[in-house]
Amino acid sequence: MPEQFKLILKHVDAPGYTPDIACYMRHGGYEALKLALATAPRDLPDGKKLTPKEVVREDVKASGLRGRGGAGFSAGLKWSFVDRRSGKPIYLICNADESEPGTFKDRQIIHKDPHQLIEGMIISCWANDVKLAYIYIRGEMPKGARLLEQALAEAREKGFLGKNILGSGSDLEIYVHRGAGAYICGEETGLIESLEGKRAYPRIKPPYFPAVLGLYMCPTIVNNVETLCHVKHIVTMGAANYAKLGTPNNTGTRIVSLSGDVQRPGYYEIEVGKVTIGELINDPNFGGGLRSGRSLKAVIPGGSSSKVLKAGEVFKLNRKGADGQMTKVDVPLLDLPYDFDSLQQAGTMSGSSAIIVLDDSRSMVDTLANLSEFYAHESCGQCTPCREGALWLSKGLHRLSHGEGRKEDAAYLSHIAQNIQGRTICAFGEAASWPVLSFVKKFRDEFEAQGAADEEARAKGTGPAHGTRTAASPNKH
Amino acid sequence: MSFAVPATLEARLDELTTHYPQKRSASLMFLHALQEHFGHISDEAVEWTARKLGLTPINVHELVTFYPMFRQQPLGKTHVKVCRTLSCALAGSAEVRAHFCEKLGLDAHAHAPQTTADGKFTVEFVECLAACGSAPVVLVNEDLHEKVTAAKADDILRTGK
Repeated sequence: MPEQFKLILKHVDAPGYTPDIACYMRHGGYEALKLALATAPRDLPDGKKLTPKEVVREDVKASGLRGRGGAGFSAGLKWSFVDRRSGKPIYLICNADESEPGTFKDRQIIHKDPHQLIEGMIISCWANDVKLAYIYIRGEMPKGARLLEQALAEAREKGFLGKNILGSGSDLEIYVHRGAGAYICGEETGLIESLEGKRAYPRIKPPYFPAVLGLYMCPTIVNNVETLCHVKHIVTMGAANYAKLGTPNNTGTRIVSLSGDVQRPGYYEIEVGKVTIGELINDPNFGGGLRSGRSLKAVIPGGSSSKVLKAGEVFKLNRKGADGQMTKVDVPLLDLPYDFDSLQQAGTMSGSSAIIVLDDSRSMVDTLANLSEFYAHESCGQCTPCREGALWLSKGLHRLSHGEGRKEDAAYLSHIAQNIQGRTICAFGEAASWPVLSFVKKFRDEFEAQGAADEEARAKGTGPAHGTRTAASPNKH
Repeated sequence: MSFAVPATLEARLDELTTHYPQKRSASLMFLHALQEHFGHISDEAVEWTARKLGLTPINVHELVTFYPMFRQQPLGKTHVKVCRTLSCALAGSAEVRAHFCEKLGLDAHAHAPQTTADGKFTVEFVECLAACGSAPVVLVNEDLHEKVTAAKADDILRTGK
């Protein structure tokens, strides 16, 4: 039977475990920091010598850790891009702007084990010569912000922050910075603009790669909350042991946020790739199955921006055979291992590892209308295709979900979405388009039937009154 | 109401500016603190913030109009934010919001924030509050309420928190 593997969530929700530093230290807290600071230089076979900081950076790379925020990019590689020759200060920002619909994992760490994040940050800052770092927390988590401030004060008092941390000769300050309700601040360059005190308009890449031209035009590392926590465990376990967790190229553990139509929604930490989507939905250790009498209709596998997967879909995945050769193997949706690469090969992404389950009682038209309203609201307005297109999508879907649809709406929606993706400064354009493109493609019958039914009703003069509902709800009425 | 920032608050804000190499970075934190104290961001608050941070008022005003959490009008004493986004909608958040509106005599079909005539409650739909596993969720001032039912909504209305 598949089970959770609690590395990050080891103490979260454990009876008697509190977010203060005394409790954290009773459970071995800040030992990883001491271990990191005592790292020995390493001699390489080619005669080169790595400094202790370089050793930690190399270990993070060797661990295979991939970013847990959404893109799944190698954390060690991201660190290696940092411009260390510019002479400018290097900044680190913890992205705690958790706001991808469906995602609620960082919230657990921030509120229940804040020191784990802070320890991971201190190690990451030390390894990267960072002297000033920020935790950018979303504005809707005021209690989380206060908890973090309290935790930072405790860490400062113990000498884990401030001048000459534990006699290492390294200094570090970490401050909490609150966002104010804009989803786009989760995009790292938008976040940086916001932290500079501006509207969160994402920057164009190139040239504004944060590793080179980030906060105040200085080299900057932006890592997700969960990613930074993993750094602590890589130091404790060693890169090789950490890399044994999970599956090749998808190492370590990951917290999955499960919501929607399952019996047991919640957050579950798994070894990456060791548990399938079907097990996450149906196993009693995880989602516990659908509501009684319902069957699966669709799965949004990696936050609301990921492409939807339809019940019964079968995907062609690369698998290494016993002879070491790669072959294509048919894998049904429920047997998809929940990891970065499998979901990518299935044409979607694991994103922020948030699964939203939809059962057969749900209207895909109304569900998509709900999501598109989110993107219309959250577009920052900088790029025309996104600012206008996201709103058109939402308006079109609003009509279609309110009995005012047309037969051609399915094609119309896809057409708009195709003209947003790839034409914007940041990935929000894709985030707004992908749900529309995938919903309409995979459930085209439903969209066309809705439009046709509305046209018929209008022809008979039995169409709906205008403005009967204002907010799209995926519940059938 | 005249605009006067208490000395203790000003001292706290002055300390905040030391967290950043560039003062402008403190803008959002200033606005949060001023909104907490005054209930909303007035033109005076915008001008005061600009003066303190060496900016022009438009630099601050454009933040107030960009970030959804900032308000230019006073709100009700109890601010009820109902999550509108998918997981909460699946669990009935539209119905929860309608319940709040009906009980408070507000328009259940209006989308924008609405405040009761006595100034006690403001009800609005907001986007994902990152607590989808316990949907539907409602943020009441700073407190997150999970798995909100009609009965829980009535408790919120009764206690104001």
